[in-house]
Amino acid sequence: MLVWIIKRDLLLAVRRRSDVLITLFFFVIVVSLFPLSVGPEMNLLRTMAPGVVWVAALLASMLSLNRMFSNDYQDGTLEQMMISPQSLSLLVLGKTFAHWLVSGLPLVLMAPVLGIQYDLPSDALSVLVISLLIGTPVLSLIGAIGAALTLGLRGGGVLVSLLVLPLYIPILIFGSGAVEANMAGIDFAAHLSLIGAFLLVSLVFAPWVTAWSLRVSLE
Amino acid sequence: MSINWYKYSSPSSFYSLAGKMIPVFAVLAAILLVSGLYVGFFVAPTDFQQGEAYRIIFIHVPAAWMSMFLYVVMAIWAGIGLAFNTRLSSMMATAIAPTGAMFTFLALWTGSLWGKPMWGTWWVWDARLTSELILLFLYIGFMSLQAAIDDPRRADKAGAIIALVGVVNIPIIYFSVQWWNTLHQGASVSVNQAPAMASTMLTGMLIMVFAAWMYAIAVILKRVRVIILEREGHTAWVAELQKEGIA
Repeated sequence: MLVWIIKRDLLLAVRRRSDVLITLFFFVIVVSLFPLSVGPEMNLLRTMAPGVVWVAALLASMLSLNRMFSNDYQDGTLEQMMISPQSLSLLVLGKTFAHWLVSGLPLVLMAPVLGIQYDLPSDALSVLVISLLIGTPVLSLIGAIGAALTLGLRGGGVLVSLLVLPLYIPILIFGSGAVEANMAGIDFAAHLSLIGAFLLVSLVFAPWVTAWSLRVSLE
Repeated sequence: MSINWYKYSSPSSFYSLAGKMIPVFAVLAAILLVSGLYVGFFVAPTDFQQGEAYRIIFIHVPAAWMSMFLYVVMAIWAGIGLAFNTRLSSMMATAIAPTGAMFTFLALWTGSLWGKPMWGTWWVWDARLTSELILLFLYIGFMSLQAAIDDPRRADKAGAIIALVGVVNIPIIYFSVQWWNTLHQGASVSVNQAPAMASTMLTGMLIMVFAAWMYAIAVILKRVRVIILEREGHTAWVAELQKEGIA
């Protein structure tokens, strides 16, 4: 069931490649705008890089949240999934994982290139990638709750960001904090462990809350 | 003697009960407010370090306390509404949110008014200020989600879920902001050590806290009455009220 839903969502994403690319290019463009607005001073850019990349990743993953359930909602597939005898939480977990593969993983892979634009040292680059690798799944998991709650509402896209962005703050702090700690020569393992803890906790609770929200939205 | 609590879980009987309670709490709030402000402005001595500017705590501290307390109360009512499907509990949660957001804004505003003469700046990225700001965002999220949903039952439940998710996250957000703040060591000033207070200052502050509390109860009950009328507009008892001209 879990594998089936992941495969299905990935297939749908492959059929509509532009959606995936839009998220990725949005990420690249946002990150590239910062040097243009604050100036090409390399020392300044280097200190800003972790924060800028992380904020852009937050915004980019938010951009694609609406698509997580809305297409299935519009053609009635979601309703069929909900009346199927399978566990809704498991189904949500599968959809969230597929969403991360489509919108989170490309950001992780693109991040080193953007880090080079900001002249990050190579070990900071690897910490950035690791922090994004653990952190972006949490963004998808928490974001799924917001996407489920705003399903079918007018102005849903903006509303999702109002609901979800405050909840992203801890991930943002520790994600960019890990890279900054590495650049300052401090141990960054604690930051990564905390993001890992967030990942485990949200892996347990977020699909359950999302399933609950879907039931509220569709009843 | 036992009171039938279930009686007041019905909107129609709670409506009249709230109507009787509002004047009591409003009068209490007014009395406490006047006496608290009197103690604050005339009895409490001038602080030897901060001068007269410290007197803003008589508004600031009650507002900050109420802002956090009301979020928890709101989440509890929302949770009860979600668990037991009681309409009135969800209406209470909806009624609490604007008052809570108002207190949060007031705490931020008075805080920055106090910060300007004390720290020389309107805003410091201090852990407390930052988490208060995030609390305001959470209130706004709750209210805008409810406002975006037309069906009141779905609005209640969706709001309840986001309030509960928020209340779970508040400690996490608070501690991460605090850690972020200590790591950066940006703000050289700290509001963590409260200076020893003269007892009259403390008295004035506590009276103001109770004034804010009573005010919040009165306003929330008033607002819940309006929400009840709005949602129960189709029922016979509201029609009867309209006939009598009370509503």
